[in-house]
Amino acid sequence: MTRQAKSQATSRAPEPGSRFAPGETVRVAERPALGHCRTPWYLRGKTGVVASVQGIFRNPEQLAYHQPGLPKRVLYKVRFEQAAIWDDYRGPAGDHLEADIYEHWLEPASRSAPDLEKAR
Amino acid sequence: MTHHDHDDHDDHDHDHHDHDHKHPHASPQKDHDTGPVGAYEMLEETIRSLLIEKGVLTAQEIAAQVDLMDSRSPALGAKVVAKAWVDPDFKKRLLADTRSALAEVGIDIGTLADYRIVENVPGIHNVIVCTLCSCYPKLLLGIPPAWYKSLAYRSRVVVDPRGVLEEFGVELPEGTEVRVHDSTADLRYLVLPMRPKGTRGWSEADLAALVTRDCMIGTAISAVPKGKRKAA
Amino acid sequence: MPSPKRKTMPRKGADGRATHDVGGLEFGAIDRHEHDLALWEKRTDAMLILLVGPKKGAFAIDAHRRVVEDYGQQTYDRITYYEKWIRAIRNLLVEQGIVSREEIDERLAEVRERFAKAGRKASKERVSW
Repeated sequence: MTRQAKSQATSRAPEPGSRFAPGETVRVAERPALGHCRTPWYLRGKTGVVASVQGIFRNPEQLAYHQPGLPKRVLYKVRFEQAAIWDDYRGPAGDHLEADIYEHWLEPASRSAPDLEKAR
Repeated sequence: MTHHDHDDHDDHDHDHHDHDHKHPHASPQKDHDTGPVGAYEMLEETIRSLLIEKGVLTAQEIAAQVDLMDSRSPALGAKVVAKAWVDPDFKKRLLADTRSALAEVGIDIGTLADYRIVENVPGIHNVIVCTLCSCYPKLLLGIPPAWYKSLAYRSRVVVDPRGVLEEFGVELPEGTEVRVHDSTADLRYLVLPMRPKGTRGWSEADLAALVTRDCMIGTAISAVPKGKRKAA
Repeated sequence: MPSPKRKTMPRKGADGRATHDVGGLEFGAIDRHEHDLALWEKRTDAMLILLVGPKKGAFAIDAHRRVVEDYGQQTYDRITYYEKWIRAIRNLLVEQGIVSREEIDERLAEVRERFAKAGRKASKERVSW
C-alpha cells in the first residue's frame, strides 16, 4: 500500500521566501486548471488583498494523483471585494469574500489599480 | 431516477438519535431493515468486508470511528464559544493557535486539517462555505447538515450571502459587512458568534445553550430567546 | 475575463469551469430539511477518515476529491453525497491496487445473494465503474 497521506496540517510560519505579504494586492491567475484544483472558477482573474499568510502545505493538485506534492506551497488568505468579483452583486460595497489560495495561483497586481481597500 | 437538487437522500434511521437536534424530522421513511437495500449500501458492505478480510481495516476501528463521529456535535463547538466568551485569554489563544487551544479543552482535531476561527464583531458578520466540496469543522461540530453540502448553498452563498441570510432569518444591523469564507484549502473555519446582550454573569453552560450549529456556520445569530432572562 | 456565467447547464467545459466548481451558479432554493445518516453512510465516512489517515495512508483526501470531481455532471448531480463517497472509495482502492474489480464484483454478488436469502429486496441498480 502506498503511503501518501502525510499530515497536511503542519502549517507554521511561512518560509522567509514567501512571495507575498499581508496587505499586498494580488491577482488570481487566469489559466486552465490541469486536473484537481482548489482555486475556484469564480475567483480566476480577480484582484484582492492578502489578508494573512496561512502557512505552507503540500500541493493538493499533486496529492490528488498520489504524488507527494512537494515542495510545499505557501497558502494565503486573500480578501476580495464582492463588488469586484460579481458584476451583479446585490449588497453594499463593504461586503467581502475570503478564500485560501496557493502561491502558484497568485500574481502581483498593479498597485495603481483603483478602489482597492487596504487589508484591515 | 428522480433528479435531486440536494445531495442527500431522504434516508432516516429511527434508531440513531445520538445527537441533539432541534430540526423537524422527515416524514416517516421506509423501515431500514425491511425496505429494499440500495446499490450503494451493498457496495459499502462489499468494500467494508473486503477491507476487513484483507487486514486493511478492522471492524473495531470502523465502529470506533463511527462512535467518534457520533460523539461530535455542535455542543462541542458551543462549549468552546462559551469559554471564549467568558475567558478573554482563552479567546486570544483560540484565535491565535486554534489547534492548541482546542487541545487545552480536550478536543483533538486530528491530522487532516487545521482549524481557524473567524470572529464576529460589531460591523462584521462571517459566513462559512466550501464551494468546491463540503469542508466543515466536523471534529468540532459533527456531520454537516445536508443543506451545507448542497449545490444550492455552495453556489449561492458566495454571490448572494445576504439573500441566503435572509432565508435563514438572519437580520443584521445596518452597516454590517457580510464576509464569506470559502474553505478552499486544508483549513476548516468556525464562526465565533458575538455574545448576546443581556447575558452578563451567565454560566458557561447557560451561554453554550445559546450557541447553535448555525451560529457557528454563520447562518444564525446567537440571541437570548424572547421572554427569557436566564436559561433554566 | 467576463463575469462567471450564472446558468447551470451544462457546466463542465463551459468556459472551462469544472462540474463541482459551482460558486456563483444558480441551483434554486436551499432545501433545509435535515435527516440522520444511515449506518452505511456513517461507515462510509468512517472508512474514508481511516483510509486517508496517517496510520493507513491508502490515498490522500485530495485523491478522493479528485475522483468525485471527475464524475460526469449527470452522476454528480444525481447521486447523493455518501453515494459519491463510497463510489470514490471503491475506485481509489482499485486504483491503488488494494482490491481488484473482480474481487469487488464477486463480493457484491455474494452480498446481494445474502440479502435475497434474508428476504430483503435489493435494488437492481448497478453502480457503474
